[in-house]
Amino acid sequence: MHSFDVLVIGGGHAGVEAACAAARMGARTALVSFDLNAIGAMSCNPAIGGLGKGHLVREVDALDGVLGRAADAGAIHYRMLNRSKGSAVWGPRVQADRVRFKAAVQQAVRMQKGLTLVQGEAAALVLRGGAVAGLQLADGTIFEALRVVLCTGTFLGGILYRGEERFEGGRIGENAAHRLAQQLRGADLPMARLKTGTPPRLDGRTIDWAVLEEQPSDGEAWTMSPLTERRINPQVFCGITRTMQAGHDAIRANLHRSPLFSGAIAAAGPRYCPSIEDKIHRFGDREGHQVFLEPEGLDTHLVYPNGISTSLPVDVQEEVVRTMPGCGRTVIVQPGYAVEYDHIDPRALTPDLQVRAIPGLYCAGQINGTTGYEEAAAQGLVAGLEAAAAALGRQAPRLDRANSYIAVMVDDLTLQGVSEPYRMLTARAEYRLRLRANNAATRLTGLGIEAGCIGAARRAWWERREDVRTMFHVKHSEKVHARELADRGLPVRRDHGEKSLAEWLRYDRVTPAALAPWLGDLTELDPVLAEEMAEDAAYAPYLARQDAELRDLRASEALPLAADFPYGEVPGLSSEMVERLTKAAPGTLAAAGRVPGVTPAALSALLVHARRRVAA
Amino acid sequence: MIDRPTIFALSSGAPPAGVGVIRVSGPAAQAALEALAGRVPEPRRASLARLRDAEGSLLDEALVLWFPGPATATGEDLAEFHCHGGRAVIVAVERALVSLPGVRRAEPGEFTRRAFANGRIDLAEAEGLADLLSAETELQRAAALANAGGVLSRQVDLWRDRVLGLSAEVEGVLDFSDEEDSAELPESFTWNIAALAEELTGWLGRPRSERLGEGFRVVLAGPPNAGKSTLFNALVESEAAITSPIAGTTRDVIERSVAIAGVPFTFVDTAGLREVEGADPIEAIGIDRARDALARADAVLWLGAEGEGPQGAWEVAAQSDRTDFAPKSRANFTLSATTGDGVSALKDALVEAARGALPKPGEAALNARQHARLSDAAEALVSAQCLSDPLLVAEELRRARVAFDQLIGRATTEDMLDTLFGRFCIGK
Ligand SMILES: Cc1cc2nc3c(=O)[nH]c(=O)nc-3n(C[C@H](O)[C@H](O)[C@H](O)COP(=O)(O)OP(=O)(O)OC[C@H]3O[C@@H](n4cnc5c(N)ncnc54)[C@H](O)[C@@H]3O)c2cc1C
Ligand SMILES: Nc1nc2c(ncn2[C@@H]2O[C@H](COP(=O)(O)OP(=O)(O)OP(=O)(O)O)[C@@H](O)[C@H]2O)c(=O)[nH]1
Ligand SMILES: [Mg+2]
Repeated sequence: MHSFDVLVIGGGHAGVEAACAAARMGARTALVSFDLNAIGAMSCNPAIGGLGKGHLVREVDALDGVLGRAADAGAIHYRMLNRSKGSAVWGPRVQADRVRFKAAVQQAVRMQKGLTLVQGEAAALVLRGGAVAGLQLADGTIFEALRVVLCTGTFLGGILYRGEERFEGGRIGENAAHRLAQQLRGADLPMARLKTGTPPRLDGRTIDWAVLEEQPSDGEAWTMSPLTERRINPQVFCGITRTMQAGHDAIRANLHRSPLFSGAIAAAGPRYCPSIEDKIHRFGDREGHQVFLEPEGLDTHLVYPNGISTSLPVDVQEEVVRTMPGCGRTVIVQPGYAVEYDHIDPRALTPDLQVRAIPGLYCAGQINGTTGYEEAAAQGLVAGLEAAAAALGRQAPRLDRANSYIAVMVDDLTLQGVSEPYRMLTARAEYRLRLRANNAATRLTGLGIEAGCIGAARRAWWERREDVRTMFHVKHSEKVHARELADRGLPVRRDHGEKSLAEWLRYDRVTPAALAPWLGDLTELDPVLAEEMAEDAAYAPYLARQDAELRDLRASEALPLAADFPYGEVPGLSSEMVERLTKAAPGTLAAAGRVPGVTPAALSALLVHARRRVAA
Repeated sequence: MIDRPTIFALSSGAPPAGVGVIRVSGPAAQAALEALAGRVPEPRRASLARLRDAEGSLLDEALVLWFPGPATATGEDLAEFHCHGGRAVIVAVERALVSLPGVRRAEPGEFTRRAFANGRIDLAEAEGLADLLSAETELQRAAALANAGGVLSRQVDLWRDRVLGLSAEVEGVLDFSDEEDSAELPESFTWNIAALAEELTGWLGRPRSERLGEGFRVVLAGPPNAGKSTLFNALVESEAAITSPIAGTTRDVIERSVAIAGVPFTFVDTAGLREVEGADPIEAIGIDRARDALARADAVLWLGAEGEGPQGAWEVAAQSDRTDFAPKSRANFTLSATTGDGVSALKDALVEAARGALPKPGEAALNARQHARLSDAAEALVSAQCLSDPLLVAEELRRARVAFDQLIGRATTEDMLDTLFGRFCIGK
């Protein structure tokens, strides 16, 4: 019988990162999935990154994950969203060629040392004394494992909807999934239902690109992963079109045929990327909604119309598409549909994504109520690192809300649960001025090296970079007089005295480029780092102020609340609050403060009782 | 929690009074009702009962009330005995209570402590209650009551909601701008921040709650033998300061706090101000201290020669009964501390001035901690107005929210811990 330290189920984005992360930690790891050739497939829009999501990609990459490099390998269109705003909310996003992206993921998985790939259907967990001890496949094979990571996406009770039609999702492994699902239900895991949708795919040859506004790939050189030396693929442009009144009328006339509106799907969908019927219903007065026509790859004619995800019947989809400028003759290759699925209430998980009720079992990805490749990948990374660390008796990198979006997401999920598919947004990160997409390596790679999950190539890259960073620090603390700057034509007043270069960088229009005479050739040595260091300098006063806040936060993180803390015994907590706190089981008093609905008065009561218990 | 003692205290004013309300809080509150009233009345309904002690002798006929926990003021079972307010009755009922197992007299502040520990009140309210306990004058009590009753907490919640609304607007611009629905921030956005900042500044300008503790500081000043100590004694209504015809009798600063018409005052008598040559070293120190006291005064009563007092001092023509009385041409007050002539006019004017300078009754007043947090919020809003980068605007709004959270204890921060464990000794 085979035995592993960590066994990962599911070869989606979550499973890939979980398996590779565990193997990088040095755990003997296996990845079990229905179809090994489907590993790295993108179920929907072949775009990676975006607002908030781009941060996740960079963070996964900084911990030596797969997603960033695979995205670069497939990228045929790069765009930095929010470029006009402060750099902390810039969102790097690429469109990837499906085939190239998948090939890159496949290669990463197959090259990963210590990772065994197993094709098969996970049928049931092997439990011993209530804890996970292994996995049984549908064909009867049994694997022993110290830790099991569940990354099975929407396999739990998925139903696809298209107009009046409906299909059971995850048909292939229905039985297997059934037994696994039963086990989870048997463990009294709280489940809920969510929905999400996808737009129809269009045949690009039937689109009149000439009449459309073009959106080119941005002309810069940045990549998702700093280990990708340069952009590889030819870059394509997207077209911009919009929905028209005639299309809206068709939608309105057929709203009753949309499962989203007929009541067939009662589950909550994402507010952030609503279906087109949702948009028409909610913002009916709009003249039209913008639609990006995104080519799906270099060797395919498929085009993804971003902005019209829908569950309407095919004939209505056609009408909506055909009324968009440039799409009068456009052919739908594959109609859009909506999916409704079960997910686990992530409040049943501890901050390492372990199921509280089944020690040794971890969950990551869409199964936890999130949506998106990046969200799935980031959770997979956490679960893989934690499972490996637990199996090997080591420490995973210490992630918290002040050092990563990854931790923000895990904390949100495990404390607040989800009421709609969880999507990353920069607004979720209270310390986002320090959590920039472009400083992910500075924030996390060092922690990863300490924990032992960073490969040799990235480690060498990072160490070189740290040397340059030190040089920057030295340079930035050099003092220069305002007169000297003014003499060189910089927009500063001559009477502003002598300041360090770092302080000068806080001034409007004092850029690293403008300071080149003083920074020397350092900027050329690493222009990306130069940019990052300049931003650090510019944000420094804000970051310093946050430091005080973080000290306070860490002080209240120091007061632990046991998983079985008897909230019912704390007088003054309403029964609703007791229920929320019991479900979320916050690990510390600070975490309890982030559970929704906990009032200041309740928090003080909790504090007092926690102190008393600690003292007793 | 089971072995927590049951506490009681007279929660109305000191006897004798019309009614004396004795509150009992804790697990034995129900037993106390049974023991004294012979039964437990319907919850939250006043009913008449004969109170008897353990021997069965009648103590009083009283209204009794029963509030089962946890939805009570303290979060525990609560009983109230509304007795006839005579001293003997109160003492008898209290004695009967003490004799019950697990029941004892409450320590000062203990009811508040329990309410706070049981999640019945938030930090700002608890601070209000703590002030309430130490309130000695009617004005202090009214202000503390406003805080304790949640006036400040409710206000902060409203501000916080407004900031949340503003934050949502900025986030809309920051996070959704890759979609067409994004908008620039509307013009009203900056006005709204400005309006809120102004409101906070208004609150910050209000008299602080510590002012209530210190009272309105009135310093008496003038040359030796001007009659300062005599007037001081008349104002504080005691022989606190020594008076004599010897010049330089008062050598140090003497302070007395009193309430006049419910308004707290601190009167300060000082050494007569004269050129130091004529004074001995001790008197010289006293004169220095007098000058310090003048600097911290809310009002100065000047008993010296007209126009020679400090700026803004009230001109008092004292000793008006004396035959050699020298009137002032623009005296604010002409009086004699010995006969009492004109003294009550002075008191009335002082009460009037103090009311303006101290927190208004029923208006929530900020203490030093709350003032500091609210200043943080105001500062964040002011700087948000001058920023063009929505990212930094969002950060300032967040900072304002954090300050509000700290103010009412929504964030469990160090200063909340300090307040809790310092002021309330909750750890016990
Ligand atoms: C219709 C639709 C549209 C979407 N559109 C977008 C979009 O435009 N952009 C975006 O970012 N995200 C989109 N998403 C979400 C995104 O696809 C998911 O959030 C993400 O892929 C989830 O990754 P995962 O690893 O958790 O699960 P999945 O990618 O679903 O992977 C699950 C894996 O587990 C395997 N598996 C399941 N059960 C078993 C079993 N019993 N034994 C063995 N293997 C098993 C499956 O074969 C699969 O490989 C969409 C999702 C759907 C359903
Ligand atoms: N008749 C009369 N005598 C007064 C009055 N006020 C003060 N005196 C007398 O004047 C003398 C001086 O009064 P104090 O009150 O000691 O004077 P002081 O200003 O405090 O003097 P120093 O403490 O020495 O600075 C005492 O003998 C008082 O009795 C008054 O209103 N009428
Ligand atoms: Mg005197």
